[in-house]
Amino acid sequence: MKPAPFAYRRPTTLEEALAVLAESPDAKVLAGGQSLVPLLSMRLAAPALLVDINRLPDLDHVTATADGVRVGALARHADVLASAEARACQPLVALALGNVAHATIRNRGTTVGSLVHADAAAEMPVVLRLLGGSVDVASASGRRTIAADDLFLGPLESSLRPDEIALEAFFPALAPGAGVGFEEVARRHGDYAMCGVAGLVRVAGGRVVEARAGYLSVSDVPTVVDLTDSLADGVTDASLAAAGEAALADLDPQEDIHAAADYRAMLVRHLTGRVLRAAHAHATDERGEPDHA
Amino acid sequence: MTTKMFGTKVQRVEDQRLLRGQGRYVDDVGVGAFPGMLHAAVLRSPHAHARIVDIDVADVLDVEGVHAVWTHEDLADAMAEPLPLLIPHDALTHGRTQYALARDEVNYVGEAIAFVVADDRYLAEDAVERIRVTYDFLPAVVGIEAARAATHLVHDDVPGNVGARLDQHVGDAPAAVAAAPHRLELDLTIERSACTPLEGRGTVARWDPDTSRLQVWTSTQTSTGVRAAVAAKLGLDLGQVDVITPDVGGGFGVKINHPWPEELLVPLAAKALGRPVKFTEDRREHFISSAHERGQVHHVEVGFDDDGRLLGLDVEFWHDHGAYSPYGLIVPIITSTQLLGPYKPDNYRVRFESLYTNTVIVTPYRGAGRPQGCYVMERTMDAIAAHLGKDRAEVRAANFIQPDEFPYDHQMVFQDGRPLIYDSGDYPTMLEKIKALVGWDDFETVRAEAAAEGRRLGIGLACYVEGTGVGPYEGAHVHIETSGRVKVATGLTSQGQGHQTVFAQLVADVLGVPFEDVDVVTGDTRRMPYAVGTFASRAAVMSGSAIHLAATRAKEKVLRIAADALEADEDDLELVDGEVRVKGAPGSSMSLGTVAVLSNPLRYAFDEASKSATQFSVGDPGRPPVAEDDEPGLEGKDFYSPERSTFASGMHAAIVETDPVTAEVRILQYAVVHDCGHIINPMIVEGQIHGGVAQGIGGALYERMVYDASGQLLNASFMDFLMPYVTEVPDGIDIDHLETPSPLNPLGLKGAGEAGVIPSSAVFAAAIEDAEGFPVTAMPISPSELFELRRQHASQPASQGPAPEEQS
Repeated sequence: MKPAPFAYRRPTTLEEALAVLAESPDAKVLAGGQSLVPLLSMRLAAPALLVDINRLPDLDHVTATADGVRVGALARHADVLASAEARACQPLVALALGNVAHATIRNRGTTVGSLVHADAAAEMPVVLRLLGGSVDVASASGRRTIAADDLFLGPLESSLRPDEIALEAFFPALAPGAGVGFEEVARRHGDYAMCGVAGLVRVAGGRVVEARAGYLSVSDVPTVVDLTDSLADGVTDASLAAAGEAALADLDPQEDIHAAADYRAMLVRHLTGRVLRAAHAHATDERGEPDHA
Repeated sequence: MTTKMFGTKVQRVEDQRLLRGQGRYVDDVGVGAFPGMLHAAVLRSPHAHARIVDIDVADVLDVEGVHAVWTHEDLADAMAEPLPLLIPHDALTHGRTQYALARDEVNYVGEAIAFVVADDRYLAEDAVERIRVTYDFLPAVVGIEAARAATHLVHDDVPGNVGARLDQHVGDAPAAVAAAPHRLELDLTIERSACTPLEGRGTVARWDPDTSRLQVWTSTQTSTGVRAAVAAKLGLDLGQVDVITPDVGGGFGVKINHPWPEELLVPLAAKALGRPVKFTEDRREHFISSAHERGQVHHVEVGFDDDGRLLGLDVEFWHDHGAYSPYGLIVPIITSTQLLGPYKPDNYRVRFESLYTNTVIVTPYRGAGRPQGCYVMERTMDAIAAHLGKDRAEVRAANFIQPDEFPYDHQMVFQDGRPLIYDSGDYPTMLEKIKALVGWDDFETVRAEAAAEGRRLGIGLACYVEGTGVGPYEGAHVHIETSGRVKVATGLTSQGQGHQTVFAQLVADVLGVPFEDVDVVTGDTRRMPYAVGTFASRAAVMSGSAIHLAATRAKEKVLRIAADALEADEDDLELVDGEVRVKGAPGSSMSLGTVAVLSNPLRYAFDEASKSATQFSVGDPGRPPVAEDDEPGLEGKDFYSPERSTFASGMHAAIVETDPVTAEVRILQYAVVHDCGHIINPMIVEGQIHGGVAQGIGGALYERMVYDASGQLLNASFMDFLMPYVTEVPDGIDIDHLETPSPLNPLGLKGAGEAGVIPSSAVFAAAIEDAEGFPVTAMPISPSELFELRRQHASQPASQGPAPEEQS
């Protein structure tokens, strides 16, 4: 379990990093390394060059403003999780991060790295997509912003080009009248979930005007389903059950060594109901604190 | 007065070092100390079953930094022969072992094919990737069902894939079952799992051409076994080979199998290249090329009376042996004998077939066949109770061997070839203790309260008896230094159990020295060349007894010399605080160190102390300085070799909650009552129980080896092989002890190492079954599988509790 030979660069300016990437088509960017390094060690990936961005300046920020939370490429999951401002601005980010692996992994792993790794079993990609967030990326030829809906192309495949570095993720703030929830079922604490659900419910005039849920581990890419219709007449056991069924129509739970497809489908139904109920309670709770369902 | 150490919760002397990261494991050996050390990597078969047509290593030696590559073609003499079949048995009619490097066929994914040595492990792995092997594919036999069907054969010359068939019986079980008023049949399955110690296998070797000696460091449970194997395979005398076992990061059974191919190839390479060589296994290699266990399918036919008393028990089972059988039939023999637990069926027949499959070999894993046997017997007890509508504890009590029936002879042959005779125990008292500990009699109230909140609870109980301390022997050497410190050596190895602590306790008690003054060495053939190994919960029983005997011999010599020097009668002497004192005569004493000085008549004085032992100072000029029947030095050496095993026992109970929707299983309470005879150190015994229970929870609820039909192990990593974290283990385990001393050894000891893991699958199957109301017949069980069982039973007519089919 030793990586195949690779070259290693650790630039100290973004310009240098982008220049190196521009001339090295078979390069990979190394940030927290929590996904990449195991892939290297098992020789499942063998890039010719690693571009370590850990010495780049001004990329470790976690800032919250009225419109949302901005997370720099070198901010660790643990930094984001610890930010009270981020939690207040968009509680779903912290709710989901608490389910990301274990403390030691969150201490090294970066939130932006997890997003562009584009794993459909990971928590943060689906959160970004549910919230309608985005990722700012840069290359030697310029910068662009990729909307979350355009970011995830396939299993472990993002729309970043090989010469691009993701600089910052943007998670929109919790809208007035909105509430969120997150829950997942994993075999062990901290494992990839057999199914996980992030939910967002917005209430106006006592009615649900928006209900959407994002799913992990039950589709090829992080998938968000609009369930507003199911809850239009109120949040009841029946309407939540209907929401679960509606969600399944857009998902494709598969069997793997940890769970049968039917079991995952049951989790979709069950967790959809629980998470939407929690998000609805959050939306209508004056304290503004989401339930850890 | 020196405090008696035996039976006290002495802090482990190992922990400061190990917890501070100062342990020294095989991978640490030679770092910065062995110039020019080379590193090995192994090409392993990616296919479960194939003939090797050609191995092309032409590209390998082009890699800069690669020193050598071996394939079977390059091996000679004994190295070219198959690895040893360690424990032959008449019933193992078709024993098969692999070659150190595959000759012309591979029989599991992971089987070693080529061995590369390079400047570092990175280069060695690069080189391995450049070896080109041409295979002729053969169909893979995966799982017991496929092995029994024998549509394809693992080994061409093993008909039906059957390596062994063994029958044992007492009385006439089929007739007794047929004549019984009640009869049941059960089909029970338990899946593969494995030890998965955090430190994998590893070996370092260094050849000294000046003295023609080989030094080997290896992560093993038997230094002497590896030494004998290396010497035999490399054509060396035992005296040319030292095997040293440094700290070992867990064994749990997998490291008792030996020699691994790498344990031979590393010394071979070190000798051939004249450079130190190291092999450190990685995690994937451990999963696919060490050993697994469990893996059995049982069919039970049982007859019983109205009280649930067994009248006849007829068991047939199929044991998945993997691709080869280097460790003989130990696991299935233990299953077939230890299945009996604390019970006495009047008529018992057990038959098994040991089957080859194209998967990793099966050798003992902590519990070693007992978890399967316990699971089968305890499932049977629960089925009988359900059938009769009786309390499960009551049915067990009706079948216990009673305290006045010891020694109890089952009239069968145990794994050590000796009669299966239980030496001591008290099962009725133990049952009362476990019922009290878990709240057995109050559980229906607890269940009802939880049910009122929509929660689903179940309780389970399982009993086991464990043959521990198997022979043939262990030895010990105790040496009192002139400093007064005591050096103790025993040959079996340590994998973190706390041997340095408990063995020092024993010596401190015998010699009356402070515990801190005793240093214990294990697993070093330079210090104790005669030994067997650490397995079968035998270290305390075997080496503990040997150390006690050796220390007693040293004490006898201390008293003899001190009596002479102090001009006192031996009977008037006592050993206290590192001194020999004349009882009731304060001031009339000498230190053990002085006794050690006097024990060795000297010509030369090295220091003030040794002056008193020189030729003009001591001895009767009319007698030889060393008497004819004596030897210089203050040492004691002895061996302990019992006529048969001693039988520990225990009972576990668990209360679980099953989520009505997600079918997740939560452990609310876990209780253990344990009898390992006299306890040297209760803290260490409880630690062994904690670890065993955690490992048992893994085996019952999380871990399994997921092979696909082509023989690929799909979960060969800690990401997908679900060893429980601390978050999956209960916060507390309730433990109570019972001590029925063994009459077979001087200290009344029984083994404690494996106990915690034995009844887990039985307990959790019972508790989940109790919560759900339908039979659980396959373990381990995942939430997804429990969900599926619920669905199957929901679509069937409701049944009251577990109700296996009754024979007509």
